Amino acid sequence: MRPTLMLTLGGVIAAPVGAGVIAAPASAGTITVTVPRLSVAEYHRPYVAIWLEPAAGGAARTLAVWYDVKKGGNEPGTKWLSDLRAWWRKGGRSLSMPANGVSGATRAPGQYQIPLPADLKPGAYVLNVEAARETGGREIVTLPLTVPGAKGRAGGSHELGAIEVR
Amino acid sequence: MNKLTTRLLAAAALLSVPAGLSAHRMWLLPSGTVFSGTDSWVTVDSAVSNDLFYADHQPGRLESMKVWQPDGAAGEIQNGATGRYRSVFDVKLDKPGTWKIGSEMTGFMGSFKADGVEKRIGRRGPPQPGAPAPLTIDDIPANATDVKVTESLSRNEIFVTAGEPTTTVFKPTGKGLEFAPVTHPDELVAGEPARFRFLIDGKPAPGLKVTVIPGGKRYRNAEGAVELTTGNDGVVTVNWPNAGMYWLNATATDARVSNPRATERRMSYTTTLEVMTP
Repeated sequence: MRPTLMLTLGGVIAAPVGAGVIAAPASAGTITVTVPRLSVAEYHRPYVAIWLEPAAGGAARTLAVWYDVKKGGNEPGTKWLSDLRAWWRKGGRSLSMPANGVSGATRAPGQYQIPLPADLKPGAYVLNVEAARETGGREIVTLPLTVPGAKGRAGGSHELGAIEVR
Repeated sequence: MNKLTTRLLAAAALLSVPAGLSAHRMWLLPSGTVFSGTDSWVTVDSAVSNDLFYADHQPGRLESMKVWQPDGAAGEIQNGATGRYRSVFDVKLDKPGTWKIGSEMTGFMGSFKADGVEKRIGRRGPPQPGAPAPLTIDDIPANATDVKVTESLSRNEIFVTAGEPTTTVFKPTGKGLEFAPVTHPDELVAGEPARFRFLIDGKPAPGLKVTVIPGGKRYRNAEGAVELTTGNDGVVTVNWPNAGMYWLNATATDARVSNPRATERRMSYTTTLEVMTP
């Protein structure tokens, strides 16, 4: 029993990071997004959108959207997607939610990995990570990338922590 | 046109007077302009005041308020209420696309002399209960002298979008002063210049004066008004220094009246625009 228990514990601890790694065998790179732990009286997990835009302009490609997927009724969780206002304007509004392989539930503070799509054409891109939090702030972090061999690091100041691509 | 309709139009024209003749500004202030999904409601304040957007003078009037759904069909306002300084109403944004909400007012104002007595057409100020209906342009007798009548056309409207923006509601009617945006009014971002075309009777209006004033007057010293003029193509370029709500007004005067008794036509266009952070 003891080794099994150890494994389970290890699995739980690694879960946020591990899930992304397993899903990305043919990835061109991995984006690590940090949702910071904030010491505030009323904390709600942020809505987060992660998308790529060609550096020369063009259609945005949404890689991930984390929102309150389960909330329904009069005020469904989709109501506040437009608070991710840069993402909303640049293409979020044309996606229908939930979007397969893109949308997911909001994340607790921690590090999360999202694979860069393997079919990304070589070229210059800008990675955008935007976070908006209920009763909190909103922040967008951008990071220029060149594919292949995308590498880079940027950091948010409040709503987002370190953003890393490698 | 029957007499009652003419009277109503003349009465409606009075409402436009504050925007046209004095510093008082008509405004509509939506609770938002960008909405997700089709479950949202927008709630709108309507008032006439000097400082934007502080309701401290007169409420807007809801009788003339109209709604254009994204496909151009008529919609409705709900939960309308008029207070001392401000009217409020809601619109349920149950269809995706860009909605237009506002009022169009036309009418005639002025005076004439008949048998040596000066009389006025149109009413000044809000309607008074029990007061006789004001004279209209049709009441001017053939032998009247000193006829001075101004035709006024004014629009005061806002645009709100559920989901992806659409442009059907921008289709011009070809009458009076109209807004034909090049940059969608629900895609305005601080630091990104926006271009708006203005039309008079459906044609681009060059040399038109356009005033843009940011809201929040109470919390700064300067009025912050920016005066712009449209180019030959009727287009004005507006720079937004900051995110926020902005009031935009354009006025024009010409002699293309729709009734030979009138000598001058005054046109006014007003909208409120929301500028987002980048």
